[in-house]
Amino acid sequence: MSYATSFYLTGAEIGLSLAALALLLVAAWTGTKSARIVTILSVAALVGAAIFSMGLFDRAAGEVAGRAYGDLYRADAFGSFAKILIYLAAAAILVVTPRFFTQRASYRAEYPVLMLFNAVGMGMMVSATDLMTLYIGLEMSSLSSYVLASFLKEDSRSSEAGLKYFVLGALASGIILYGVSLVYGFTGSTNYEGIRAAFDAGFSTGALFGVVFVLAGLAFKVSAVPFHMWTPDVYEGAPTPVTAFFATAPKVAAMAMLLRMAMDPFGGEVDSWRQIVIFAALASIVVGALGAIGQQNLKRLLAYSSINNVGFILIGLAAATPAGVAASLTYLAIYVAMVLGSFTALLMLRDPAGNNLETFTDISGLSTKRPALAWALLALMFSLAGIPPLFGFWGKFVVFQAAVQADLVALAAIGIAASVIGAFYYLKFIKVMFFDEPLREIETESPASHWAVLAICVAIISPLGYLLTLPLGDWTAQAAASFVAAM
Amino acid sequence: MEFPILSLMLAVPLVGAIACLFLGAQSARMVALVATLANLALGVVLWLNYDIGGAQWQFVERAEIFAGFSYALGIDGIALMLIMLSVFLMPICILASWDSITKRVGEYMSAFLLMEVLMIGVFAAQDMFLFYIFFEAGLIPMYLIIGVWGGDNRIYASYKFFLYTLLGSVLMLIAMMWMVNEAGTTDIPTLLNYDFDPQAQTWLWLAFFASFAVKMPMWPVHTWLPDAHVQAPTAGSVILAGVLLKLGGYGFIRFSLPMFPEASAQFTWLVFILSMIAVIYTSLVALVQNDMKKLIAYSSVAHMAIVTAGLFAFNAQGLEGAMMVMLGHGLVSGALFLCVGVIYDRLHTREIARYGGLAINMPKYALFFMLFTMASVGLPGTSNFVGEFLALAGLYKVSTLVTLVCTTGIILGAAYMLYLYRRVAFGEQVNEDAARMPDLNAREWAMLAPIAAAVLWMGVYPESFLAPMRQDIAALEARIARAAPHFDADNVIGTPREHNANYVAAAHGEEGAH
Repeated sequence: MSYATSFYLTGAEIGLSLAALALLLVAAWTGTKSARIVTILSVAALVGAAIFSMGLFDRAAGEVAGRAYGDLYRADAFGSFAKILIYLAAAAILVVTPRFFTQRASYRAEYPVLMLFNAVGMGMMVSATDLMTLYIGLEMSSLSSYVLASFLKEDSRSSEAGLKYFVLGALASGIILYGVSLVYGFTGSTNYEGIRAAFDAGFSTGALFGVVFVLAGLAFKVSAVPFHMWTPDVYEGAPTPVTAFFATAPKVAAMAMLLRMAMDPFGGEVDSWRQIVIFAALASIVVGALGAIGQQNLKRLLAYSSINNVGFILIGLAAATPAGVAASLTYLAIYVAMVLGSFTALLMLRDPAGNNLETFTDISGLSTKRPALAWALLALMFSLAGIPPLFGFWGKFVVFQAAVQADLVALAAIGIAASVIGAFYYLKFIKVMFFDEPLREIETESPASHWAVLAICVAIISPLGYLLTLPLGDWTAQAAASFVAAM
Repeated sequence: MEFPILSLMLAVPLVGAIACLFLGAQSARMVALVATLANLALGVVLWLNYDIGGAQWQFVERAEIFAGFSYALGIDGIALMLIMLSVFLMPICILASWDSITKRVGEYMSAFLLMEVLMIGVFAAQDMFLFYIFFEAGLIPMYLIIGVWGGDNRIYASYKFFLYTLLGSVLMLIAMMWMVNEAGTTDIPTLLNYDFDPQAQTWLWLAFFASFAVKMPMWPVHTWLPDAHVQAPTAGSVILAGVLLKLGGYGFIRFSLPMFPEASAQFTWLVFILSMIAVIYTSLVALVQNDMKKLIAYSSVAHMAIVTAGLFAFNAQGLEGAMMVMLGHGLVSGALFLCVGVIYDRLHTREIARYGGLAINMPKYALFFMLFTMASVGLPGTSNFVGEFLALAGLYKVSTLVTLVCTTGIILGAAYMLYLYRRVAFGEQVNEDAARMPDLNAREWAMLAPIAAAVLWMGVYPESFLAPMRQDIAALEARIARAAPHFDADNVIGTPREHNANYVAAAHGEEGAH
């Protein structure tokens, strides 16, 4: 293996890093004046990285199984799939971000640069096959996330969100590190293959502690119950575009990292962690659904909704089969479209003065004021609730099917019954928009960029999305097969 | 490949639905009417081209455009009849909403057309998951119809409708996944002949039952129905009673019985008990209602109980009778809701006591109302008589007790329907405003006359409707015969007497000799 190959396989991250460094210099010298052009270039860089990852999708496995730098990093189909999602989601969020901050006169060129560094970190997270690479990627992404959460410096809620996120995120990183040290201590290796080989040779109680700590830390990052407490506060306090970002790209990265971690190094010890995942999955579904019911704030509601969705994704992991991993990836892809669409719609809800609306009373009777927006939100909410014929149903369908195929019928039955609780608050969304009388004045125009992102997301989650099931099924199956051995 | 008429029947209302979203009130009404009439015409073509006694599945279409399931359509006689019912009622629903819906007409018409797409899809789907998608998707337009255009308590009713039926359905999805995993196919005709392990059937049957019992609705999970009916606009009630309630019965006849014959037999007692309770209890509840729509809603539950009892009689009469009750009830209860709608539009109240003596000022209306009341009671010569008679005759072969109780329900049905009719149409004209109401206009004629004709046709010459279904019901009967349950009605072959009754014993003869 040559360095050239390694550079090629990590091309997306290298390209993004260079772009971020260059744009950082531009931002440092020109200040806020260049914010707009820096944003555009960042979007271009992210889209370029996504296209590059698409190119790597099925090609990388051929030569060296996508291994780079002595198997510290693997650019396989799984990593590429997750990266495409991450980069595209980050790019879409950058498109809808500036208007929010410009309104508050606090948009700065550092914002897109931070996003780029974050994206590099997330790319490393999903491709890492060594605990060291993993930790570096995780911290790189997390640190830029803390700054993004408190980007609205004048707003105390934003600073509060940043601080909370930092303290609890650091705690989670500590837990992961502790687990990593235990795993390393019992296996003598930080490499995934080495760990798996050592576990196959003998799995001690101490090693089990390591596995549990690592999984607990990762559960914090994906905000699975019982490590979810930070999510509603951070989501509510952070500026809306940042919340949209937290709910999409980093969630994909953390979830993909969790999938790889559980199925690759810990893949031989499924029985020892399956109970934990099943508990986290069901608890997330139930707590996410119950917690959302009383919420008045839409961002907070969507935070609980994301906890709820993580539960469904974890059901795919609990199946612990290639089909289960593929199902989780399918769910993630659809989830990103749904959440991105929902937050974009939320960003488009402003009163005539330009203040963002974010409670139920604000959107009351929306369907008479902004019918197109209301119908888009209706489709998104029914999709999140998993009601066919919207595409959100397909995500739930594949994870439950994977669980049934893995003989976890009881888990599937309980999970799907609990999803009905979740339907309740999505229905409330629709009830408020369609059945109630309008209470607030709502801005009547939205920029084309927002409409474009919303239209793409709604097109994906509409029944047209079912035409994607064949390619999506192929890609996710290929991605899962790239590191999960068929059992 | 033959002409994809089923896909066309899905496409026409779908295109109409999308168009209506962007149109003004009057043009949306026209588009909806044209689209539903076009679909009715297509339905007639479908019926005329249906080859009675031909292949079991006709007009089959298949396209592998999805992962995990396929776009497969096709109908048998049972599905044909239910599709006909749907396309027949749809234009009438549009007419019923012509004047009474004034706000957000485009969206309303769009929801109705979408509903039609989904109903046809449910009956035509030949793939298990495609069926589920259509089955479940119907919740969305119905939720909006109740919630946006419904009565005062519409929000409670819409939530209750949605969550009840959703909770019922999701378990069915898991059962379907298990079945597909076990049988290795999503194709309904193949699954119809797949023998699942009787042990597993028990669970699968219960999961399907949870869904269909709610849709049906069976006692005690019927409580969403009166709320939904009362709050929905007239046309919404018509579609709910006319077609959506048939989804449960269709599910039993398409899935539960042929796929799980052993489990169906095992749970026959449960279905019978619930049906008996429903017939008696909901009839009694109907008797004391002050709200016309609520009364008819409860009568629907009672009629549907006769359907379930007939289905689980496991013989051809019972199954044919159940199907005929479903078709007849679809027409009659739909028509009764229209009758309520006609006077509701004039006086804006559903309270029975606010009316009275309508036969004086609305004689034509009273005539139609009388016809549908009699049909609902099951008067010979109307549609419901055929179905109820067949269903009870089939039931009698299985259990005389259940038949006795269900027949009592019909007597109670006569009681509450005639009582309703007396209070509305006969008697003194106590309310002045009710006495001033004008008789039917041309639009209302156009709504009620076709249904009246169909009701009489079905009552006088039911063969037109039974013929397409006969072969499919015979196949179903053959399929479930091996598990048919036995209750008290079996003919017991006793030991024959040795002699005739008028035989004179030998000893007696001797006695007479001296």
